[in-house]
Amino acid sequence: MSVVTFISHDGEKHETPLEEGVSLMQVAVDNMVPGIDGDCGGEAACGTCHVVVEDGWIDQVGRSGPVEEEMLAMNPEREPNSRLSCQMRLSDSLDGLVVRLPEFQL
Amino acid sequence: MTEGRALVVGASHAGVQVAAGLRQQGWSGEVVVVGDEPALPYHRPPLSKAYLAGTSSLQDLALRKAEFYAKHDIRLVQSTVTQVDRAAQQVGLNDGTTMGYTHLALCTGGRVRTLDVSGIDLPGVFYLRTFADVESIRALAASGSHAVIVGGGYVGLETAASLRALGLDVTVLEAAERVLERVTAPEVSAFYERVHRDAGVVIRTGAQVSAMAGDQRVREVVLRGGERIPADLVVVGVGLVPNTELAAEAGLYVENGIVIDDLARTSDPRIVAAGDCASHRMARYDRLVRLESVPSAGEQAKTAAATLCGKERPIAALPWFWSDQYDLKLQIAGLNLGYDELVLSGDPSRDRDFTCYYLQQGRLLAADCVNRPRDFLKAKQLISQGLGVDRAQLESAAAAS
Repeated sequence: MSVVTFISHDGEKHETPLEEGVSLMQVAVDNMVPGIDGDCGGEAACGTCHVVVEDGWIDQVGRSGPVEEEMLAMNPEREPNSRLSCQMRLSDSLDGLVVRLPEFQL
Repeated sequence: MTEGRALVVGASHAGVQVAAGLRQQGWSGEVVVVGDEPALPYHRPPLSKAYLAGTSSLQDLALRKAEFYAKHDIRLVQSTVTQVDRAAQQVGLNDGTTMGYTHLALCTGGRVRTLDVSGIDLPGVFYLRTFADVESIRALAASGSHAVIVGGGYVGLETAASLRALGLDVTVLEAAERVLERVTAPEVSAFYERVHRDAGVVIRTGAQVSAMAGDQRVREVVLRGGERIPADLVVVGVGLVPNTELAAEAGLYVENGIVIDDLARTSDPRIVAAGDCASHRMARYDRLVRLESVPSAGEQAKTAAATLCGKERPIAALPWFWSDQYDLKLQIAGLNLGYDELVLSGDPSRDRDFTCYYLQQGRLLAADCVNRPRDFLKAKQLISQGLGVDRAQLESAAAAS
């Protein structure tokens, strides 16, 4: 089974099954990963699904698009590998993906 | 204590969030969610946007997938609750049976406000609240050419943009003197009237509908004064009525919604409520506020779940909203109730991105941000902190970002 791992701010790991074709935010919400709210349902409107992609994965995952970039720009916890997880579609090639969660969502 | 059966009335955004929140807070008893629609609980905001425009499917709209409910032992029941008996701690269902509970959450949402004019029942006249409504509208939009939208609020304008994207001629009829009159400043209304007109939508303000006319189906919308506007398809979006009857009949305090406190408790502290049906006394605005907003429904629901688990998590998040029309992403932070000053960053009479700040006695109250996510997030922070702001600083904020 393909998996993705969320690491919370305090270091706790949440491993969830990877579901192909859905967003990383939806996987987090479906598996009740604490720290991902996804208030707007995936419209890149709320900024409550911020994750930081672990080094080594960012080239495969890709960097943020223009709308996402605007939403991330004001975030104090912004890092170079920051993404909104609602804008990340999962595929089997991302088996083993690791993302870190910020301390606070906006 | 987390034993017993938590019963959630309404498989809405709030209802599902209460159920999920209960499990997150460690509730070990039963969780039952009763809803009256056949589909898995779904996101409503995209109905007038991506779903109507045909760019998302019902599967995309699901709040959580089917496995979620199984995995977390949340039972979904398709039925309608007709009565709450507080003394017996049970609800009556429309099939005549009853269901007991130890803990109760009312997430009954709202229903569309209806238009009381002749011909409103003609085929081809729709309201927009459920996925089934949108499917009917979409089916007719495929063959029709003239759509008339009654109501220039967010739902009406989003519907206009989506139907325009499907290639229909669209007319929006608004009874007030400007669209979005109840919710935004005149400058923002004028902006939306301009962009819709630029997209080919006919916007008629001060237009009061007196009847729908037709034969086997709707053919015209008749205005007070006698003018007749051709229509193959009419969508009425004139607001929402909160579903408070169950609560009122059960003797709970209702005032434009089921009244809740900061812990989402109704006037019976053993019963919580959340979402469009709830009227919350908000200290920030010093009044009862009923919000039709997914983020607020989620926030209240998280609190409601915590309360049922015996924990204190007061409702605190700042209200916010969004609306998508064409290439325009509007994000609204806060409520502009009682503003006494406006500050504009950008020019809404010309640009396609600007922010309209609402101030009260020098403090930021709310902001309407069009294609300005940075301003939106900054405004959220400024409003939450409640600090004084400087007009020049707001005007130049966009230039600096």
